[in-house]
Amino acid sequence: MIEIGLGHYLSLGAIIFFLGVIGIFLNRKNVIVILMSIELILLAVNINLISFSIFSNDIVGQIFTMLILTVAAAEAAIGLAIIVVYYRNRGSIRVEDIHGMKG
Amino acid sequence: MIVHSIFFYFFSVIAIFSSLMVITSRSTINSVFFLILDFISVGCLFIMVGAEFLGMILLIVYVGAVAVLFLFVVMMLNVAEQKQSWFIGKKSTHIPTGLIVSVLILLELLVVVGGWKYKEDVMSSSSLVFSNISNTHQLGLVMYTDYILYFQLAGIVLLLAMIGAILLTFRERIGVKKQSYFKQVSRSPSTAVELKDVKFNEGVKIDD
Repeated sequence: MIEIGLGHYLSLGAIIFFLGVIGIFLNRKNVIVILMSIELILLAVNINLISFSIFSNDIVGQIFTMLILTVAAAEAAIGLAIIVVYYRNRGSIRVEDIHGMKG
Repeated sequence: MIVHSIFFYFFSVIAIFSSLMVITSRSTINSVFFLILDFISVGCLFIMVGAEFLGMILLIVYVGAVAVLFLFVVMMLNVAEQKQSWFIGKKSTHIPTGLIVSVLILLELLVVVGGWKYKEDVMSSSSLVFSNISNTHQLGLVMYTDYILYFQLAGIVLLLAMIGAILLTFRERIGVKKQSYFKQVSRSPSTAVELKDVKFNEGVKIDD
């Protein structure tokens, strides 16, 4: 409990991952919050990779984390651009109103 | 060691609380601010565990760029009055499914973490050895030599994301007067300037 090991960091990553997934499922109003939940999930993945990298003394995990950071930034930019275009066309980004594909 | 555990629990409680607030807070702008708090606390955890470069990158890139991007979009799209409401309004059928799936994911992850047998040479935090070259130096030594291809590919991903975002949000506006740089630069004095002899006491008549 006092000694912080790998398991503590992995549990933190698991909890944040869980909160991100639950945010995606339970959100009914706003697409931006879904994007933020995806960011939370990627953050949890980064926590896992960095803790494994540190605790097994291998730097490659941190390089992989940098690649994930790149992809997350690109994903946020593209997603927000899509949201802006959607808002411009439809005037609303509520999740309930987005049913063009009957999904 | 005790300081390490105190700081770990401090930052992780803040991280978990703020990620809970990201998905439950009523207004979107509060969600963005809690997302920023989450990134900051996880960045502090990274710095504390010894990955200083990535912690700083998290602070700079995420807090400085991505979260501010979210803020811009929230302000631009006028979603401030769209309140979050989970269980009111139209009946939705996927909330129980979502709850079951996400709780299952959490339980599976915790079972994996709890039942994990660590290798003998996996270190504990008290025996973390910091070598004499810094974390940034180590990253640079590996990233620019063995992983140069992946580094370049990350650059291409960013370039494509930039092109895609500009292309998606670009629209041609009709009826807006713009400068035409090519026309302006390619004018020559022979077409632009006309020299006239001005007679005394008569002035110039300009015909246009």
